[in-house]
Amino acid sequence: MNWIAIWVTVKLAGLTALVLLAIGLPIAYWLSFSRWRWKFFIESVIALPLVLPPTVLGFYILIAIGPRSPFGRLYTELVGHPLPFTFEGLLLGSILYSLPFAVQPFVAAFDQVDRRVIEASWTLGVSKFKTFFKLIVPLSTAGLVTGAVLSFAHTMGEFGVVLMIGGNLEGLTRTVSIDIYDEVQALNYAGAAETALFLFVVSYAVLLVVYAVNRNVWAAWPQN
Amino acid sequence: MAAELALDIVKAYSGRIPIRARIRYPIDAATVLILFGPSGAGKSTILRSVAGLEWPEEGRIRFVSRTWLDTKSDIRVSPQDRHVGYMSQDYALFPTYTVAGNIAYGLGHLPAQERKARVTEVLDLFQLRGLELAKPRQLSGGQQQRVALARAVAPRPLLLLLDEPLSALDEPTRICLRDELRSLLTQLALPSIIVTHDWAEALTLGDLMAVVSGGEVLQTGPPMDVFSRPRNADVAHVVGVETVVKGRVVWAAAGMLRVDVNGVVVNAIEGETCGPDVYVCIRAEDIAIERGLMAASSARNQVAGTVTAVAVLGALARVTVDCGFSLVATVTRSSVEELQLIPGQSVTAVIKAGAVHLVSRHDH
Repeated sequence: MNWIAIWVTVKLAGLTALVLLAIGLPIAYWLSFSRWRWKFFIESVIALPLVLPPTVLGFYILIAIGPRSPFGRLYTELVGHPLPFTFEGLLLGSILYSLPFAVQPFVAAFDQVDRRVIEASWTLGVSKFKTFFKLIVPLSTAGLVTGAVLSFAHTMGEFGVVLMIGGNLEGLTRTVSIDIYDEVQALNYAGAAETALFLFVVSYAVLLVVYAVNRNVWAAWPQN
Repeated sequence: MAAELALDIVKAYSGRIPIRARIRYPIDAATVLILFGPSGAGKSTILRSVAGLEWPEEGRIRFVSRTWLDTKSDIRVSPQDRHVGYMSQDYALFPTYTVAGNIAYGLGHLPAQERKARVTEVLDLFQLRGLELAKPRQLSGGQQQRVALARAVAPRPLLLLLDEPLSALDEPTRICLRDELRSLLTQLALPSIIVTHDWAEALTLGDLMAVVSGGEVLQTGPPMDVFSRPRNADVAHVVGVETVVKGRVVWAAAGMLRVDVNGVVVNAIEGETCGPDVYVCIRAEDIAIERGLMAASSARNQVAGTVTAVAVLGALARVTVDCGFSLVATVTRSSVEELQLIPGQSVTAVIKAGAVHLVSRHDH
């Protein structure tokens, strides 16, 4: 088994899930609580990675971060090297690619929180920010775990976007799914089978966690 | 500046009647204001606007010297900065917190020692000792209501806002808690606004009542006055009970009560009452008007009086009879003619004992 590829993949998926937790929560909060009538435009944009072919998404990200785009030029100037075909570039691509897998469960969880409970907190003098952490997060744990775990798992198995913007650099951007493809191309079916089984088991374990949390098999949050 | 809550707001909804409410509520006497009206009348929206949870398109809300809302000057004070205690219809307790945690929730600004002391004080006041560590879902409806009220009161708000505080409870609990709530409010001596559609609650809890219907405030005054002297037919229709008079229970036995009203004895069936001081409430359609005296019967009230006014409204007529107290009855237009009901005419008003509703009275 290609442990280097597995390490790259786990690192990528873990960081993606963390970043999505950080940026997904405010986006989801806004989507759940905003009464802006054109909100659906943003909702559709966030859901796009669900339906767009990964190659199309990868292509646009490649163009956007490439040396010809203003963003790409700025990045090269600041960091000293271009973003495509680096781990950071891959991370950016994964975040965009897995965004709906985090944001949608978060929004679903926030939508479930009784608005009267939140209003009660506000009238007790507790700010919106503190209310979020004292009430909304504890009441949405199942959705937050689901979003984090799904975005992790989804990133673990990504292929098209990686190929478009990350390439296939050993120890840097070669993820497990690319590794499986490589092994098959090289007619090394035994190697491919090992890695495929690994990905299969991880995916199943992840889904077990998601369904168990949503079935309340164990309390996801210490009750205070 | 006058110690009052002055509110003048306009809030439009798509597909619903807009709300145009104007209320002046003097708070210096720590009185309870009732917002009374049918469901969908806009009462809750008015209350939520006072709490800062609803934003009227236009208008002003001033509380004593503070301006909470002034759309012209673009002043919009957040609910966090209004220092009101707000309790919604379903209590909205925090499910992940214990009873003590719920009560302490709004006390984050206090040092730990003071916070603990305040929680203990409030637990005592609301008789919640022993339930500190219980979760909301383990509590009965009545206990949940007390916790919600305790939570709202704990940070010492300037104004208490209760949206249908008793409607989520079952009937026997509701009647029991009505009087408990009144004595708590008296103890707290906190200006309070209570939304209700129940006239018994309005009478027991309120010092002042605003009748809200169709998004507008139709009449404001002491509850008894509004019930017995509605300003117009709309108010009369909304309040529903035409005769409300003060009485005193003088005799009780075998499920029957005798209530003295201005020297006239009225029989009632014992129901929900507690103290001797009551409001006697009778709906106009439960009163029949006869000429002359009828044979006596224990289950019925027969009160002799004189017609003072007759108002014909379509097929029905409202007849006001003075029989030591003022009684309003609805009769058909044809009986007005048959019985020759004109002011000055002597009549007997017949009321079933079961139609005499008694509501406990606390002289405000």
